[in-house]
Amino acid sequence: MIGIEHYVVVSSILFVLGVLGIFLNRKNVIVILMAIELILLAVNINLVAFSAFLHDLTGQIFAMFVLTVAAGEAAIGLAILVIYFRDRGTIAVDDVNRMKG
Amino acid sequence: MIQIFAFYLFAVMTIASGAITILARNPVHSVLWLILAFFNAAGLMVLAGAEFIAMLLVIVYVGAVAVLFLFVVMMLDIDFAELRAGFIRNFPLGMVLALALLAEMVLGIGAYRAGALKLGTPDGTATTAAGASNIEAIGALLYGRYLFLFEAAGIILLVAMIGAIVLTHRQRGDVRGQNIARQVARRPDEATVNLRPEVGKGVTL
Repeated sequence: MIGIEHYVVVSSILFVLGVLGIFLNRKNVIVILMAIELILLAVNINLVAFSAFLHDLTGQIFAMFVLTVAAGEAAIGLAILVIYFRDRGTIAVDDVNRMKG
Repeated sequence: MIQIFAFYLFAVMTIASGAITILARNPVHSVLWLILAFFNAAGLMVLAGAEFIAMLLVIVYVGAVAVLFLFVVMMLDIDFAELRAGFIRNFPLGMVLALALLAEMVLGIGAYRAGALKLGTPDGTATTAAGASNIEAIGALLYGRYLFLFEAAGIILLVAMIGAIVLTHRQRGDVRGQNIARQVARRPDEATVNLRPEVGKGVTL
């Protein structure tokens, strides 16, 4: 029988894969953004699974809001990426040091 | 029986394509595997009875976000091999961190299974009405109880859209664009001149 635990395990593995992706591709912003999308997908699976588990639709509503924020984040992130590439000709994260942060 | 098979199929495919997303050499392949991961996650959500979110996931992610990623990957002329230089160096540390994180989560799930902390019970104010489909129930909730949050989500999307346009827009000097203000300000009497030139002589414009 498939229970809530199965869903939670799938979403935690996906979340960890996203974190690992950020670590492994430390230089490539595009893959880092995709790893962030994976993390948000894991969150969404969790929200939907618990919404079905508790018979409470609030989880699905909030999954929608997470989707909204993820779309906005991808758009802004890629826009920043494009102007950064236009300026520098590279997207290596290590070279982002103009603000001396 | 078919549900169990479908669940394991979708779950394994989601995790496998997520893993290939972060490991692929070519970012274009990464995007395509990400699309597969989202499709299978949508399958998982359909299995849980959330067909609206599943549909939204396919439309928003596969239709918009993944295509945006593809556009950017193909637009930028980048030497991706150079960007993977630290991959092997970061691998052990990343693996250790990922395993630690996964162990923590499994521990949390185990604790939950052993009897979670009773922090409260669902009060049932947002439960599905009997007989209503998933989409109907979400619509009623979204346009009722969560109306202002819904509007806020719309504003966030608007800000993101304007922000992306403002960030990437640039004024280029070498193209002749349309000057709308000049066009609108133009009057007939200054646009046409009535001359009576002598025969054999031209007019100067």
